[in-house]
Amino acid sequence: MLHFSRWKQIAIVLSVVLGVILAIPSFFAKETVASWPWFVPRAQINLGLDLRGGAHLLLSMETAEVRKDWLDTLREDARKRLRDAKIVVAGIGITNNALQVRVANPEDADAALKELKGLAQPTGNLIRGFSGTDLEVRKAEGGVIIITPTEAGLQHRITDAISAAIETVRRRVDFTGTTEAQIVRQGSDRILVQVPGLLETAPLKELIGKTARLTFHEVHPTISAEEAKRTRPPAGYRIYPGSDREEGDQLLRETPVVRGDELKSAQAAFDSQTHEPIIAFTFNGSGARKFGEFTKTHVGRPFAIVLDDKVISAPVIRDAILGGSGQISGNFTVETANQLAIQLRSGALPAKLTVIEERVVGASLGQDSIEAGKVSAAIGGIAVASFMIFAYGLLGVFAVVGATIHIIFVLAIMAVIGSTMTLPGIAGIVLTIGMAVDANVLINERIREELRGGRTPISAIETGFTRAYGTIIDSQLTTFIAGLVMFWLGSGPIRGFAVTLTLGIMTTVYTAFTIARLLVVWWLEAQRTRKVEPPLAFKPSTSLKSGSVRP
Amino acid sequence: MRFLFKGVDFFPHDTRWKIIERRYIFIGLSWVLAVLSAVLLMTRGLNYGVDFKGGSLIEVQAKSGGIDIGELRVRLDKLGIGDVQVQAVGTGNEALIRVAQQAPTKDLNEEKVQAAANEKVKGALGENIDVRRIEVVGPTVSAELKRTGVVAVIASMFGILLYVWFRFEWQFAVAAILALSHDVFITVGMFSLLWYEFDLSVVAAILTLAGYSINDTVVVFDRIRENLRRYKRMPLIELLNLSINETLSRTVLTSVTTALAVLALYIFGTAVIHGFSFAMLFGIVIGTYSSIFVAAPFLLLFGVKRDWSGSAVKSPSKSDAPGKGRRENVASK
Repeated sequence: MLHFSRWKQIAIVLSVVLGVILAIPSFFAKETVASWPWFVPRAQINLGLDLRGGAHLLLSMETAEVRKDWLDTLREDARKRLRDAKIVVAGIGITNNALQVRVANPEDADAALKELKGLAQPTGNLIRGFSGTDLEVRKAEGGVIIITPTEAGLQHRITDAISAAIETVRRRVDFTGTTEAQIVRQGSDRILVQVPGLLETAPLKELIGKTARLTFHEVHPTISAEEAKRTRPPAGYRIYPGSDREEGDQLLRETPVVRGDELKSAQAAFDSQTHEPIIAFTFNGSGARKFGEFTKTHVGRPFAIVLDDKVISAPVIRDAILGGSGQISGNFTVETANQLAIQLRSGALPAKLTVIEERVVGASLGQDSIEAGKVSAAIGGIAVASFMIFAYGLLGVFAVVGATIHIIFVLAIMAVIGSTMTLPGIAGIVLTIGMAVDANVLINERIREELRGGRTPISAIETGFTRAYGTIIDSQLTTFIAGLVMFWLGSGPIRGFAVTLTLGIMTTVYTAFTIARLLVVWWLEAQRTRKVEPPLAFKPSTSLKSGSVRP
Repeated sequence: MRFLFKGVDFFPHDTRWKIIERRYIFIGLSWVLAVLSAVLLMTRGLNYGVDFKGGSLIEVQAKSGGIDIGELRVRLDKLGIGDVQVQAVGTGNEALIRVAQQAPTKDLNEEKVQAAANEKVKGALGENIDVRRIEVVGPTVSAELKRTGVVAVIASMFGILLYVWFRFEWQFAVAAILALSHDVFITVGMFSLLWYEFDLSVVAAILTLAGYSINDTVVVFDRIRENLRRYKRMPLIELLNLSINETLSRTVLTSVTTALAVLALYIFGTAVIHGFSFAMLFGIVIGTYSSIFVAAPFLLLFGVKRDWSGSAVKSPSKSDAPGKGRRENVASK
């Protein structure tokens, strides 16, 4: 245990030098580091939002909405397929999260089943090797065919929807001019948005909390919404509520003429006559064509602009609109018009997002936390160092050097792997300062025990390191297990703690067994004699005096 | 290099305290604490923070001067947003405001209604008070965090159980887990007694504590195993006592170094990590206690394998053992 080959000594010294070099950038400001020459390492530890200040929003997607949308689309697809196959449908509706199709002529049921089975698409999972279809199509009594989305199919849809939503949220956040926002998926149906420096979250939440699905619908030519409420809306039509008091409910065809995803641009502007804020928009090629055809055949009749299933305005078509551009008016303020324009430009969200967790930290509190962390690390470090030197003298100094290098290693590794330092992370480092010297306490106490047992100093040191080794590994591994569990449990800050704790345990074992031991070896070599004096004070064994009989 | 500071060997060695013989006192004490914790948890419960209860937490600071907590409380009570708690923290110019989870109304979902309540609080703070931190946790997330917290504590305990079982014998593993559960349970009971806020960071502290408090136990167990190989005929009760006494300095001193570091966090840390450092500090004390007074008596209860000669780890040769004559002397006393 007390022998290091020359190359091993060099390797250990190099590891320390490397650690110091990699830890240095984290102590400088980002701008300073950016100006350093290319060959100097520049990786820095990221500061978590709780230290630099900013907002953390966890958004959850309404998955029921995804399912409903899917069923709505399926209904249209089923209707179209059966019409193309010339099968007459008596009724088609959504009940219990399934689509029920009733054919008029029960003899057609088998043909319809065959047609509708074509709607199902294979869902595959390359990793798990699982395969199946996203729909289950079966025949029930009386010419009814039931189409049920499978769990795998729904999951697939939700995954797609989340990916699309992340893109949309990113575009919307980008429009606010925020540059450093991080938007990532969390779990299967959640999105985590982290915006450094943001303290007032209400506008951001407003911006990303709205689906902003814009559709243009045909208004029923003869029946008004009021009449439809008394009877039943005719097939293919639905009553859409008005967005406010001024805009009444409307009976609209469910399948829209054009959708918002066919918009090319949308800008907030002012109406040239009324000077009210409006949104000017342009359709893309196919959108413009569809809209043009519709307006050409419906001159003199109203159409409805619907946002998130609410009618925002229902103007009368005066002329065919062939250029593909138009404007939306509807009680906007400058602010809401701007907001809606951003939302329309960034596209609709596939489903509504709700904020289910929000944590906002002001930059001043973050700065205070860093200061408090530095103070507690310094004072804790000094207390631990004083104790170690008091109890173990020179070997205590070695332990303190080891613990210092341990901190440098933790910082260096965090910078290299790009992990984030949080307030609990700082607590983890302070905690591991205390734990780092634990290994040295175990070694030194063992050396003391061996000295009391009558060993020579060199033999006692040798045995001390050897015997304490197993104990240290055992005791550190248990904390390591807890750290791993925490990493898995952790959201943001707690994960930061788990990172410094587990890293700290690894570097602790390394520094106690290489750095402290190497220093001891060097010290022994410096003595240049085999008659080394014991490095630790020890009280000779007293148990012999305490009444026991000598053999 | 003539001068060499060797440190001060202040900790008593060669103690022969009859800890195992007096185990009923310590086990009795632990039972009393455990039952008290159970009673507290059942009757009083825990002061869950926003992480587990849902609702919002708002940390505020006065721009100048202090905050009149009583006056602020009266002002916030008038807002009609249910239970609002105001607590002074720091040096008197800071306060924590807790707003309970608001019930959703017909027009507003949970998120919107909570945000509205937060806005009301912010509006009522006045010019001199700045908002420094807001945490809002919805009911889905708080229920989830509660569940993961419990699962995490159980999972890490199970991991530790497996590890100790793998490295020692099942008796050691069970004794270690019992000592550990004792530490965790009483620490949680302490949070109920002092009505300190119990949030996610406290759970992190408890997990760390679980991993750390087992350290001392493992140190004692290692020595028990070493002594089992060395003194094949010593009665178990004496052997356990000897092992505990021999490792006493280690068990206590390792805890002292860690406690020093955590104490610095407790005193100089911000309000955010107060609960965390308290749980760690208390846990270190109770963990050291249980390593000495609880874990080994459990071993006596379960009994251990006495024949370690076939063990994979090579036992140290007898002539190599330090103070051999003395120890056998004690053993045959």
